[in-house]
Amino acid sequence: MSYLDNILFAIVLIIGFGYFISNIKKIYRNINLGIDVNRKDNPKERWKNMAMIALGQSKMVKRPIAGILHIIVYVGFIIINIELLEIIIDGLFGTHRIFASLGAVYNFLIASFEILALLVIVSVTVFWIRRNIIRLKRFANPDLKGFPKNDANYILYFETILMFLFLFMNASDLHLQNIPGGYSHFIKAGSFPVSQFLAPLFDGVNSNAVAMLYDIFWWLHIVGILLFMNYLYFSKHLHILLAFPNTYFANLNPLGEFDNLEAVTKEVKLMMDPNADPFAAPAAAEGEAPAKFGSSDIQDLNWVQLLNAYTCTECGRCTSVCPANITGKKLSPRKIMMDTRDRMEEVGRNIDANKGVFVPDNKSLLNDYISPEELWACTSCNACVEECPVNISPLSIIMDMRRYLVMEQSAAPAALNSMMTNVENNGAPWPYNQQDRLNWKNEI
Amino acid sequence: MSENLIVPTMAEMLAQGKQPEVLFWVGCAGSFDDRAKKITKAFVRILNSANVSFAVLGTEESCTGDPAKRAGNEFLFQMQAMMNIEVLKGYETKKIVTACPHCFNTLKNEYPELGGEFEVLHHTEYLKSLLNNGRLTIEGGQFKGKKITFHDPCYLGRANKVYEAPRNLIEKLDAELVEMKRSKSNGLCCGAGGAQMFKDAEKGNKEINIERTDDALETSPDIIATGCPFCNTMMTDGIKHKEKEAEVKVMDIAELIANAQDL
Repeated sequence: MSYLDNILFAIVLIIGFGYFISNIKKIYRNINLGIDVNRKDNPKERWKNMAMIALGQSKMVKRPIAGILHIIVYVGFIIINIELLEIIIDGLFGTHRIFASLGAVYNFLIASFEILALLVIVSVTVFWIRRNIIRLKRFANPDLKGFPKNDANYILYFETILMFLFLFMNASDLHLQNIPGGYSHFIKAGSFPVSQFLAPLFDGVNSNAVAMLYDIFWWLHIVGILLFMNYLYFSKHLHILLAFPNTYFANLNPLGEFDNLEAVTKEVKLMMDPNADPFAAPAAAEGEAPAKFGSSDIQDLNWVQLLNAYTCTECGRCTSVCPANITGKKLSPRKIMMDTRDRMEEVGRNIDANKGVFVPDNKSLLNDYISPEELWACTSCNACVEECPVNISPLSIIMDMRRYLVMEQSAAPAALNSMMTNVENNGAPWPYNQQDRLNWKNEI
Repeated sequence: MSENLIVPTMAEMLAQGKQPEVLFWVGCAGSFDDRAKKITKAFVRILNSANVSFAVLGTEESCTGDPAKRAGNEFLFQMQAMMNIEVLKGYETKKIVTACPHCFNTLKNEYPELGGEFEVLHHTEYLKSLLNNGRLTIEGGQFKGKKITFHDPCYLGRANKVYEAPRNLIEKLDAELVEMKRSKSNGLCCGAGGAQMFKDAEKGNKEINIERTDDALETSPDIIATGCPFCNTMMTDGIKHKEKEAEVKVMDIAELIANAQDL
């Protein structure tokens, strides 16, 4: 009989982790739909960034209220997960509080988990109020209409329920521990600074019923955690995992430095080479397709930009500092990231449905998700990049898409076309003659 | 001819067999925009008075390609870049100073990969170094006790993390430096970057430069200082829009220093 429990637990665990891993593989595959970019340089700096920004949350506290509450939930999440180890061992081997023999250390650990659980509940409640009652601007923004708004609340509900299950599990355990003469395998173990206040709820309840409730709490808690883990794939909440690689692989150059397109460099060098034969046939392409300039779809973005899209947790700090968005323009850097992820997942589903090959669907990230109007509203001021707590760059995607609009489609706004014509003809964005460049010297 | 600005060109220097300490990259705004030309001249006056041996490219200078690149025209950018790099290398240029953060950023960060490796400084950094070396002295003069707020140009601040040099210079004027609620890494763009200077804004409910001018006016300054010809235009327009031209001046750091020295 008791073996049945253990086998059932093992099966639940295998299903939980199996489905999770299969989805992680999909994320990995989708990210690799992007073009290559080298982010292996300077590992020391990269580890440092990851330690400071992802592990140390250094950019979160720029906004102290959200930052500190977030750190509580984050520390709670990590620390309380130590308890998971005990739960898994107990579940697999039919033991009860296997680490109880640690004595004082164990009591200290359980007490810390409980206090953190309470703090998490408080923080999550404040988060919920900020989203649903106070309705902070960045959370009431139309970017979040529909699933993204619900997604954020589901996560908060999930976390609250898990914490309560954990506390009720301990409370029922404590109640059974305190039955004079002991009850079954409920040995005296742990210290329960929070659930001691819940334990009296079980007073007067039949002990067998409390033991059964304990089992229910225990099972719901672990199954809830597995469900939550598997929900990540469908949710903005993936950041709890991807923030780490994302900060590691983020751009290390000055924010003002935009990459120089290599394919363009080749062409320009050829154009400026006095020895190049203008009538020569194009060099035989060695199996490589002619380069596409800029990006119109996710396959033209690099894998770091795609990793960015999966990492984004839609907090909207980027949008709240975007000068275009602040002044009522359509551009929202957060939406750029959300659109990129949505399109990437659409392409991923297409690949799944077509035996591993993408079948063109006459759609693209440009136009079907992101409009030129949004792209042209950007001032390239880097406020969004600076603000992102996990170093996502919406700007790099905007720039790559502008490049496509201009170089592949000649679809720049008319005023920009005249500016570019001026640069081309007279070396300045305005129609002044290059020969007049030093006239200021003699003007009064 | 009202004043005697000494502005040698690289070609003239070369003809005399001389190499200047630094090349002053004037930029398109600094060469052609009426407001920005005043900044250019103010900077030259400071260089002249500090006896800095500098030269300009004059008619051999051409757009760095920054607005083309930010607009998405990588071809045009790289053509401009490679032509400029040829010219700069032809004069064996080592050190460049410019009063335009866009030129500064492009020359400093985007030219090296295309073969143009130079030491590039923004004029506020360069002035600070002159000050540190004792070649330039700044006294408060007319700005003593005035309230000055500094608007961080995106391509100087966030893009290249130069926040202190312009502020240090303002403090030397014995002026009261007041910070806007959004400043340094949180500074709000003036609205000109990313080639926006050359087009109308998309549909919205406010112009970005007005939003930024409101930030500046909240500090009730006597002067809004900038370090960028484009920010200067945007803030000047914002002040005009608010009908505050009489009370608030928009000035470049170079102008502040030149005026303080009665140059």
